[in-house]
Amino acid sequence: MSQSVKRTFAVFVEDKPGVLNRVASLFRRRSFNIDSLNVGATHEPGVSRMTIVCEADEDTAKRIEANLYKMVNVLWVDDITHKQTISRVLALIKVHCNREQRDEILRICEVFRARAVDMSPDRLTIEITGPQDKVEGLVSVLRPFGILELVQTGAVAMTRGVEKHGLAHPTVPASRSSAA
Amino acid sequence: MTPSNPKLKNRIGESLSGAQIIWESLVREGVEVCFGYPGGAIMPAYDAMIQYPIHHVLTRHEQGASHMADGYARASGQVGVCIATSGPGATNLVTGIATAMLDSIPMVCITGQVPSPLIGSDAFQETDITGCTIPVTKHNYLVTKAEQIAPTIREAFYIARSGRPGPVVVDITKDAQQQSCTFEWNDDEIVLPGYRPDYTPLPDQLAEAVDLIRNAKRPILFSGQGVIKSQATETLLQFIEKTNIPVACTLLGLGGFPATHPRNLGMMGMHGETWVNKAIQDADLIIAVGMRFDDRVTGNLKTYAPGAKKIHIELDPAEINKNVRVDVPIVGDARAVLQELLPHVERCDRPDWLAYIDDLKGNSAVRDIKNLPDLGKLYAAHVIHDLYRFTEGKALVVTDVGQHQMWEAQYYKHDYPRKLITSGGLGTMGFALPAGIGAKFAQPNDSVWVICGDGGFQMTQAELSTCAQEGIKVNVAIINNGFLGMVRQWQEFFFGGRYVATPLRSPDFVKIADAHGLTGLRVEKRSQVEEAVRTAESTEGTVVIDFRVEQEDSVYPMVPAGANLHDMIERPYKPGEQAHNPIFETGEDE
Ligand SMILES: Cc1ncc(C[n+]2csc(CCOP(=O)(O)OP(=O)(O)O)c2C)c(N)n1
Repeated sequence: MSQSVKRTFAVFVEDKPGVLNRVASLFRRRSFNIDSLNVGATHEPGVSRMTIVCEADEDTAKRIEANLYKMVNVLWVDDITHKQTISRVLALIKVHCNREQRDEILRICEVFRARAVDMSPDRLTIEITGPQDKVEGLVSVLRPFGILELVQTGAVAMTRGVEKHGLAHPTVPASRSSAA
Repeated sequence: MTPSNPKLKNRIGESLSGAQIIWESLVREGVEVCFGYPGGAIMPAYDAMIQYPIHHVLTRHEQGASHMADGYARASGQVGVCIATSGPGATNLVTGIATAMLDSIPMVCITGQVPSPLIGSDAFQETDITGCTIPVTKHNYLVTKAEQIAPTIREAFYIARSGRPGPVVVDITKDAQQQSCTFEWNDDEIVLPGYRPDYTPLPDQLAEAVDLIRNAKRPILFSGQGVIKSQATETLLQFIEKTNIPVACTLLGLGGFPATHPRNLGMMGMHGETWVNKAIQDADLIIAVGMRFDDRVTGNLKTYAPGAKKIHIELDPAEINKNVRVDVPIVGDARAVLQELLPHVERCDRPDWLAYIDDLKGNSAVRDIKNLPDLGKLYAAHVIHDLYRFTEGKALVVTDVGQHQMWEAQYYKHDYPRKLITSGGLGTMGFALPAGIGAKFAQPNDSVWVICGDGGFQMTQAELSTCAQEGIKVNVAIINNGFLGMVRQWQEFFFGGRYVATPLRSPDFVKIADAHGLTGLRVEKRSQVEEAVRTAESTEGTVVIDFRVEQEDSVYPMVPAGANLHDMIERPYKPGEQAHNPIFETGEDE
């Protein structure tokens, strides 16, 4: 049995009521643990795209994929864990910050390519977009100043370069075998 | 499919109510009978029903309706249909839906829903039944407009019957039933962008399987329900006659390969035969066909079939490597795959392996309850063995869940597919009587025997009244041991013999039958079994037989839950007992 690692699935689904519920229900029912799930529209009308991050070994990943395919509203599943991808989360961090600390925090933001989006005499709100570890890095550097509020999205991910999803014909491959 | 039924006018293009469209669609899907119970939110549909050539069976509980639809589907291979109102009607269906889901039974369940403007308001009898049934259906729909009804029902039937079958719920709001729209019916092949039920096996995998089969010295083939569903019996017979590979069956696979065939070893698993489980543990190759390595057949996975390579022929890719890691997965229809393999496998006699398995039988024959003296008592296993003999193995048997179910599996030998109906995956008590009624509607010429415990019978015994109202005949054998037997057995084996909540006081079942205007019989001795069976067979109308069996008998052999498959508890054996055994002497079969 292979190691459990964080995996990312790109899941294309029909944009119909209840589909998110069905997908979430599948993960819950089969005890597949979701770290994050993000869903939004794609450029194709009627098709939504989910990015699901979860912890799973190789066999479990295959079963997740096969079980997702069993759902009538699921069009395409891509386990992009080992592919070249761009993965981003967005976080808003409200941090305690008095006049003397402001310069230092803004310098930190520069290092992380984050930016201040709101300010009041004793606090600063920072926006950062980037891979999960970069966001975590910023959070840990800011923690000593006193984080007052933190909100972040789940990851959205896309493969790099030429590989793209032909959503015009997004059907299950004819001779797909989950353990091939 | 245009309706072949001449009673149905072609009303395509006419303005019809949603309620009428429900029945138009069901008739076009070939439905002849449905099982249900009316109520507020489904009343428009019921009102329109009388215009259509579909027989509706009024059940006594919606659970009965879903089990009947299930039994109908299992006996016929067609989609079973049940119908209920919103709220409590719909939730009462759920046990039957979950039962069908775990055993992959094609079923379409129509439920009424509160009018669409009221959805979400906790209206009277509102339950989110699509939400409730997501985990126990193959798919489900909420329909809020009349014009969605026909295409949705078509899709529902297609999904229910194709690929790995399963139940589909179609929840239709009352206003959708009452609105009118132009009725349209599209006969084109259904294409759902996210649903491809059929898989073609990969050539490499077939080649690998052929290699493994060629090199195996101790192969064993598992015949699961997939063999029955894909109608692979004939092909499997050819495959086995060519290769002489011994066959072990799952509970739901019984009948897929003839029980009396010399290569059929019998059932595997928790209450499987000792030699079957031992052969599995000693095999060097398992060819699993249309089964899913349920925990009841594998026992402890860590010690399961340690020396065996595994080929898994299975329609559902999600089953591959779910419980047991396999070497060669072949995703495809069982019959199609066996047909592909057949010309490539070699003829083989394998005398050594077959003799080895024969030796594994050891003294199991003398431990077999069938061969033990009755000593004036009535043993459940004897009742079932006699039932097998006196119905000549030809009955369509529907069992409930418990000890009697396992004794049926062990002692009623099924040579033909679809002649044993049982709730394997969910193990639903109360299943047998309603499922038996459904099966009788599907196979009116079969002699249907419902075998149940005194516990399970009482869960759905109200359906006797459905038998009486419908004037249909099933024979009900209640294996009455005064206990919730299977649980009592576990208490005896694993809970220090503390019989908590298992002693069961029952009504007089003969009088219950009588109260329904049906025939009731009581059997207390082995010598009365034959006459009772023959009387039941020749009596018109449903017959209930109360078999007063030995109260504290247990099902053997038994692999305790989670134990190694080869560590079986066998029936205690006292040498000498079989000497004065009347059955031993008659021994007319096997
Ligand atoms: C609906 C339901 N409730 C509880 C159980 C647990 N259970 C399994 S077997 C059994 C005992 C069945 O007793 P009975 O119907 O008398 O049959 P027997 O085992 O005596 O043949 C019980 C309670 C079940 N399978 N289904």
